Amino acid sequence: MSGHVLPLRVYYSVFGALLVLTAVTTWIAYLDLGAWNTPIALAIAGFKVVLVVLYFMHVRYSGKLIWVAVVASAYWLLILFGFLMADYVTRQPIDGWTAPIAW
Amino acid sequence: MSDSHTTAARGPLDHHFETLEQQNETCSIGMWAFLVQEVMFFGGLFACYIVFRYVYPEAYQWGSDHLDVKLGTFNTAVLIGSSLTMALGVRCAQIGQKGRTAGFILLTMLLACVFLGVKWVEYGHKFHDGLIPGVAWDPGPGAPNGSRTFFGLYFAMTGMHALHMIVGLVLMTFVAVRSLRGRYSPQNYIGVEVLGLYWHFVDLVWIFLFPLLYLLGRHAGGGH
Repeated sequence: MSGHVLPLRVYYSVFGALLVLTAVTTWIAYLDLGAWNTPIALAIAGFKVVLVVLYFMHVRYSGKLIWVAVVASAYWLLILFGFLMADYVTRQPIDGWTAPIAW
Repeated sequence: MSDSHTTAARGPLDHHFETLEQQNETCSIGMWAFLVQEVMFFGGLFACYIVFRYVYPEAYQWGSDHLDVKLGTFNTAVLIGSSLTMALGVRCAQIGQKGRTAGFILLTMLLACVFLGVKWVEYGHKFHDGLIPGVAWDPGPGAPNGSRTFFGLYFAMTGMHALHMIVGLVLMTFVAVRSLRGRYSPQNYIGVEVLGLYWHFVDLVWIFLFPLLYLLGRHAGGGH
């Protein structure tokens, strides 16, 4: 929040890029890429998020404290997902509960 | 008491801040702290999604094939559009165009209503198809084990997202009125700025929800 006024074309370019990426991700979803469909969809979504955070939310022009907040939230989210799945994927089937090993 | 301490002289600066810059930074970091909390809140829902997707891959495939990709894609575009109008509204506030700020916020609200309207239609279809766990659950034969979990998560995640949009509509009304009353200026538009942050966050959640719910099983030939 530095009062930095961005030129209009920045907003229109980001908007255009977001629409194109939405079309691309929908198109790719119909192609059979095996195990790669979900990682590619997540990569595109991640790129869209970075565009929104940097330009629409002005983080690119914000102070270090804001950067810390943004990076910390992503990092803590990865800790949550990472440790949770580290538990699930390393469990052995238990009697009466059979989780299919999907990968 | 000197003039600098009277309300009029201090203008938009609240009494417990030294400078406008300090006040703006405090508001900004306050909203970001809230958004980090929101990331963890939705993170919990996404964590549920990941675990059950690992446990019931067939049910996710089946469930995703019962969602409407056309409406989902349309809504994604609408929400991205609303993020653009919100960003433009904040920009107008930065350069002191009060009427235009309110206009862009109104446009954002209109797009939000379109999104919620489409969601309403989609929920109606799910009701008709018997795909609402606990309310109207009759998916017919062939629904794999875990489909109820998938739709439970679908409604929890999209419902929480929609609730955030409704809260956003209330906040936008508030800020649009304040803008028309001239409460913001190029030196003090932090209220509009943090409203924008909130709205873009709602957009971010949908950017992940759309591929994870609507698109996950398309390549396997779900024709809807």
